[in-house]
Amino acid sequence: VTDHDLAIIGAGPAGMAAAVAAAGNGLDTVVLDEQALPGGQVHRGIEQRSVLSDDDRDGAALVAAFRASGATYHPMTSVWQVQALPDGGFAVMASTGGVSRKLRARRLIVATGAQERPVPIPGWTLPGVLTVGAAQILLKTGGRLPETPVIIAGQGPLPLLYATQMLKAGGRPALVLDTTPRGGVRRAAPHALAALLGWRQVVTGLGFMREIRRASVPVMRGVDAVEAVGDGGRLTSVRWRHKGTWHEADATVLLLHEGVIPQTHLTMSVGATHDWDKQQQCWRPRLDERGETTVPGLAVAGDGGGIGGWHVAELQGRMAGLRAASALTAVNNADAINAIRLALRPWLAVRPLLDALYQPRAAIMTPADDVVVCRCEEKTAGDILRAVAAGALGPNQVKSFTRCGMGSCQGRQCLTTLTTLVAEARGVEPQEVGHLHIRPPLKPLTLGELAALSP
Amino acid sequence: MFLPPSDTSPATLTVHVDGHPVRVRPGESAAAAVLALGLIPSRSSPVSGVGRAPYCMMGVCFECLLTINGIPDQRGCMVPVADGMVISRQLDRTGT
Repeated sequence: VTDHDLAIIGAGPAGMAAAVAAAGNGLDTVVLDEQALPGGQVHRGIEQRSVLSDDDRDGAALVAAFRASGATYHPMTSVWQVQALPDGGFAVMASTGGVSRKLRARRLIVATGAQERPVPIPGWTLPGVLTVGAAQILLKTGGRLPETPVIIAGQGPLPLLYATQMLKAGGRPALVLDTTPRGGVRRAAPHALAALLGWRQVVTGLGFMREIRRASVPVMRGVDAVEAVGDGGRLTSVRWRHKGTWHEADATVLLLHEGVIPQTHLTMSVGATHDWDKQQQCWRPRLDERGETTVPGLAVAGDGGGIGGWHVAELQGRMAGLRAASALTAVNNADAINAIRLALRPWLAVRPLLDALYQPRAAIMTPADDVVVCRCEEKTAGDILRAVAAGALGPNQVKSFTRCGMGSCQGRQCLTTLTTLVAEARGVEPQEVGHLHIRPPLKPLTLGELAALSP
Repeated sequence: MFLPPSDTSPATLTVHVDGHPVRVRPGESAAAAVLALGLIPSRSSPVSGVGRAPYCMMGVCFECLLTINGIPDQRGCMVPVADGMVISRQLDRTGT
C-alpha cells in the first residue's frame, strides 16, 4: 500500500490541471489514467501529433506542465475500486498491465470526464456503426479516415467539428444528417443574451458549418429518425426520415453522436448521491459549491460532474487541486480560487443556450419496443417495458428481471435509456426510479490478478 | 474500413490480426488495427452469437473485446499497439 495526500483519477484537462495545482502546493499527488499518454479525449495523443490549432497549443502546454508537476503518474491504469475508509481517506485499487496495486489517499478528485450519450436506434449494434468520437480518436491517433461512403448522423458541436477535421485530412462525408430537434432556436432564444458572454464558442460552431457548406457536403436538417441497415453482419445502408418521408443511402460507415454525458460509474460505486439532470437528460453527481460530492473528501472536476467542455474542466481541475491543498495544508488559496470562479463565468454562460439548442431527442431517450437498449445482454426497450409491467419499479429490478445492465459494460451504454424508459412507463420522474447500483470491479479483472494482490 | 493517411508517417510498426499483417502508428490501439484491416465483425455476442465490432473506441462500450498476445477479453481500444503484437478476433466464442 502506498500513501498519498491526493489521488486524481483521470489525466484529461481536469485531472492534469488538478495535479499541477496540487503538486505545486506541495501535496504528494498521484494520478491514475487509463490511457497511455496524458491529454484525455480532447488532447489525446497531443505529444505524438503535430500541434495545429490554438486548442492543440493550450493542450500541449497543459500536458507539459503536468509532466513537470512532480505528481506521480500511472498511465494505462484502470481503477477498479474506490472505497471511502471509515477513518477518512480512500483506498484505491488499480490495475496496470494485468497487475493490481492498492493506494491510499487522504483526498480524491474524480476527473473521469464524459462519454458519448448512448444512441439506441434500430441497427446501432451493427459492425460499421461507430460514434463520431470513435472516428475522431482514429483520426487523432492514426490519421485514419473512414472508408466511403460515410454518413454522419447526430447533433451538437462534435459532428460538425469532426466533419471539418475529415475535410482537412482529405476525406469527405457523403452526407450529414442533423437530428437537432426542431424548435431549438425558440427554446434557446431566452438564453441568447447570457450566451453573449460565451460568444467564442458560438462563433466557432458557426465556423464549422460554413466550412462544411463551402465544401458542398450535403447537410440535411430536421431529420427525426435514423436507422442502420445491415446485411451479412455489417452495415450496408442508412435510412432516415425527413419531413415525414423516408430516404435510404448506401453507407460503409455510420457515425452517431447525440451529445455527451458525465461518466458516473466511479462516483456511483463509492456511494455518492446522484441527481437526474432534466436539462441534459442524464445522471450527475450531486456537488456542493466546492465541487465536493456527498462523500466527504471526494471531489469531482470536469465533465464527470456535469458537461461544461474542456476549458471549464481545466479551470475546475485547477480549483479542485487548490482546494485539496487548502484542506490538507496551511496554504490559503482563496484569492486564486476566486479568480478561477470569475474565469469560469463566460464558459458556463453559454451552457444553457447549448443545452436548450441540443436537447436529446425523445426517440433516443425512449426508443421503440424492438430497439436494443442493452447492447451487452441484447435487451430491447420492449423487454424493459415488460419488466416494468411485471412490477419492476426501477433500473435495479429491471436488471434482476431481465439481465439488462448486467453485461461487460455494466450499464454504461444503457443506464440513461433504462432510467427514462422506466420513468415514462411508470409516469414518474427519473429521479424517483433511481439508477443502477454500481459495484466493483468497475473494470473486468481476472481471478488470478485478484488473488495475486497482497492484503 | 479506416484507411491510413496519405502522408504515411515513417515511424510505423507491424501487428498481426488473425494472421494478417497491418502497419500502424505508435499510439494507435489494437482495435484500430482491426478496423484498419476492415476485419468486422471482430467478435460475436455471447448471448445470440450476432457479430459486433468496435463502437466507442474510448473504453466505455466493451464491444471491441479481443484476444491480444494470448490474453482474451481485452478492451482492444485501450491497448496500444506494439511491434509484433498478435491480435485475434473473438468469433464463435461463448461466455465472456
